[in-house]
Amino acid sequence: MNKKEFTEQLRNRLNGLPAQEIEDRLAFYTEMIDDRTEDGMTEEEAVSSIGTVDSVVEHIMREIPLNTLVKNKVKRDKKMPVWAIVLLVIGFPVWFPICISLLITVLSIYLTIWIILASLFIVDLSFGISALAGIVAMVTAFIQGNIAYGIFSFGAVLILGALAVLLFFGCIYAAKGCVWLTGKMLFGIKSLFIGKEGA
Amino acid sequence: MDNQLKRGLLDACVLSAIRNEDSYGYKIIKDLKPYVELSESTLYTILKRLEDAKMLSVRTAEHQGRLRKYYHITAKGIGRIDEFRNDWKEIESIYRFIAGEDGSDE
Repeated sequence: MNKKEFTEQLRNRLNGLPAQEIEDRLAFYTEMIDDRTEDGMTEEEAVSSIGTVDSVVEHIMREIPLNTLVKNKVKRDKKMPVWAIVLLVIGFPVWFPICISLLITVLSIYLTIWIILASLFIVDLSFGISALAGIVAMVTAFIQGNIAYGIFSFGAVLILGALAVLLFFGCIYAAKGCVWLTGKMLFGIKSLFIGKEGA
Repeated sequence: MDNQLKRGLLDACVLSAIRNEDSYGYKIIKDLKPYVELSESTLYTILKRLEDAKMLSVRTAEHQGRLRKYYHITAKGIGRIDEFRNDWKEIESIYRFIAGEDGSDE
C-alpha cells in the first residue's frame, strides 16, 4: 500500500471524528511516512511500519471518548435537509418511544447481568455462613455427647466450606467476565459512530 | 504494567527526548527506540496530552518542501520531568520493599 492509499483509507474510516481531529491525525501519519522514506525506506515499507489501517483505527477508537463521538454526530446532523427535520418532528411519537425502549432494554440487560453476579456472591456468602453455623452445631453436638449428629455436622461443614471456596473463584471469574463485557459493549457502541459510513 | 504508571513513564520519556533540543515525531520514536518501542498512534496520543497540558509547544516548519511539526519543551514540561524523578525515588523505595531488598526494619 502506498502513502496515498493509506491516507485515503484512513480518512474514510475515521469518518465520524471531528474534521480537525482527522486532519491532525492524517498530517501526523503523513509526516511519519515522509520522514521514514527520507530515512531510506521505500514508501511501502514506511506505510507498513506504521501498521495496518485497521490497527490504527482500532487504536484511535479506544482512546477517543464516547462523548466526543456523540457530540460530533449531533453537530453533523444539524446540517440535515428541511424534509428530514419535518419527518423527524412528525415521526416523534413513533421514534421517541422506540429509542427509549431500546435504551431501557440495553440498560436492563446490563443490570440483569450485574444482578446475577451479585446474587452469585450472595449465594456464596450464604454457603460461607452456613459452614460457620455448621461448625457451631458440630462443636455443640460433640460437647453434648451427640457423636452421630456431630459427625453429620462435620460432613456438612466440609461440603459447605468447599462449595463456598469453589463458588468464590467462580464469582471472581464471572466478575472479570462482566468487566470485559462492559468494555466490549462500550467498544461496540463507539463503533456505531465511527468508521461505518465511509467504509 | 499498570496503566497509570506506564502513562507517567511514557510522558517523562517523550519529554526527555525533547529536553535538550526541539524534535519531531519520527526522531522521537527513533531516539526512544533503544528504551521503549513506541507506535505512531501511541506517540500521537502522548504528544497531544502533553500539548494540552502545556508541557510542550508545537511549531510547524518547512522541511524539504513539506511541513513538519517540531515539539519544544516548556518550563512546565521540565517541571514534570523533575517531578517524575522525585516520584521515582519513592517508587524505588517501594520496589525495594516489594522485592524484599530493604534491610532496615523501620
